[in-house]
Amino acid sequence: MSPEMIRLIAASTGETLYMVGVSALIATLLGLPLGVFLATSGKGELFAAPWVNRVLGVVVNATRSTPFIILVVAIIPFTRLIAGTSIGTNAAIVPLTIAAIPFIARLIEGAIREVDQGLIEAARAFGASPLQIVLKVLIPEALPGIVLGLTLAIVSLLGFSAMVGAVGGGGLGDLGIRYGYQRFMPEMMLAVVVVLIVLVQAVQSIGDRLARRLNKRVRHA
Amino acid sequence: MNAPLGHISDQTLQRLVPAQPIVRLEKISKVFPGRDGQPVTALGEIDLTVNQGSILGVIGRSGAGKSTLIRLVNGLEKPTTGRVIVDGADISALPGNALRHARRSIGMIFQHFNLLSSRTAAQNVALPLEVAGYDKASIKARVEELLALVGLSDKRNRYPSELSGGQKQRVGIARALATKPKVLLSDEATSALDPETTRSILDLLARINAELGLTILLITHEMAVIRTIAREVAVIEGGRIVEQGDVFEVFTRPQHEVTRSFLADESGRALPPYVASRLRSEATPGSQAVIRIGFRGPHATDPVLARLAREHGIEANILAGSVDEIAGRPWGTLVVGVPVASVQQTVAFLSQLDLDTEVLGHVA
Repeated sequence: MSPEMIRLIAASTGETLYMVGVSALIATLLGLPLGVFLATSGKGELFAAPWVNRVLGVVVNATRSTPFIILVVAIIPFTRLIAGTSIGTNAAIVPLTIAAIPFIARLIEGAIREVDQGLIEAARAFGASPLQIVLKVLIPEALPGIVLGLTLAIVSLLGFSAMVGAVGGGGLGDLGIRYGYQRFMPEMMLAVVVVLIVLVQAVQSIGDRLARRLNKRVRHA
Repeated sequence: MNAPLGHISDQTLQRLVPAQPIVRLEKISKVFPGRDGQPVTALGEIDLTVNQGSILGVIGRSGAGKSTLIRLVNGLEKPTTGRVIVDGADISALPGNALRHARRSIGMIFQHFNLLSSRTAAQNVALPLEVAGYDKASIKARVEELLALVGLSDKRNRYPSELSGGQKQRVGIARALATKPKVLLSDEATSALDPETTRSILDLLARINAELGLTILLITHEMAVIRTIAREVAVIEGGRIVEQGDVFEVFTRPQHEVTRSFLADESGRALPPYVASRLRSEATPGSQAVIRIGFRGPHATDPVLARLAREHGIEANILAGSVDEIAGRPWGTLVVGVPVASVQQTVAFLSQLDLDTEVLGHVA
């Protein structure tokens, strides 16, 4: 493998980490409140707003059912509005974030819904407000599940990021397609896949370990 | 029991001081929308008063409405009609913020403890104080005090998953007492515990009642809980209170069928199988009448069967018997067989001594 190839792989890995990192961060900041709201706004729940809940649910489902590559192209005007351009690594962050928000929101909704209803009742009984219940009961109790959900989201983002080469986003996937496939360099394709496997393994094991440490529901030896 | 003469116990004192109601349910009803559009009445026209410093037990089968009843007291449920007054405030009419404030003076403990798994024992106890906005130093001091009260100081840094059921409930009690409530609501707090642990939790509740003067309203489906700890009892069935009064009175002279069925399994109530299997409602020639005698008055310790034999020449055949303690007072039952011809005379003699009698049937 030539030094030139190694340099390319290193640069692409950096681009991938940058895109995935920034989009995961923004999507978590926006997806967390959305997920909490989805989990608590049903009929008779803490922030009961069944209609808003239903409308948001439809929007979330619609976004999630749009194929990512179509989403990338469809929101180009929006991307230009946010990033100032519709091509490049920064521009790719916009569709990645848009795709990750509903995904993360659903994962967090699921983790929050796993929390025992009895805890909400106990917190209401000692005078906690709905916001206090979310911050002091629901999120801390759901944290192991939330961490596992975010891990899954980051792994999915690594996969999605391979497609943003279509808008000049760069990254490992783009490198693999342009060099490995279009220029017939199978060793480059292999190197890209190996790096992605290592990244996914690393993210997953960090997430698993963190979730296990946060989970106090089971006794640790 | 061995207190010196002239000593007045707290309980006696409480009886002497005029009873101050602290919880009042006034003409409460609760109707839930049913699944098929038919409204379901969970509670109908309930009136219930809990006096300051007392322990009132509400007993009922599952589905009788007792869970709804206790949830009305801290506003977790709103009554369809009627008012809930706790410590002078109309809980049923308070807006959100005032209601949350009022809940700090009403502690609650639960069947499944409802502790946060992500917090240690101490952190769980601290939670209501954090929510109420206390500063860190006073939270720490108060938590230590509470853990000492429930005997868990050495477990302060344990997570609930590392505690036994009884220990979890102790943490639950400490948490419920954190904001110095005036009333403690106990929602089947011992139903998930074994008998021995139940006993220790009930002892703790009784001690808290005596030492802190905390009023306790508890719901349960177990008569044993009522008779161990409560002074007053209300029996609830089909969303209505069917019987209510002093625990000793209700235990020894149950009026309602539901109360009797709850008492059926209690010691001294159930007939031994060899009697029960031969019991007939009508008398046959040569059969004996089976009479249950309840000893509770000043004659509880009289040798009544000896007098029955000596004064009336009636020889009673003892079939079963027991002596028990209910709400701190001794109570004995004796099941005897007497010749059918002597039943009226026997009952008259026993009633004259203020003993309870009940003719259960006849055995050949």
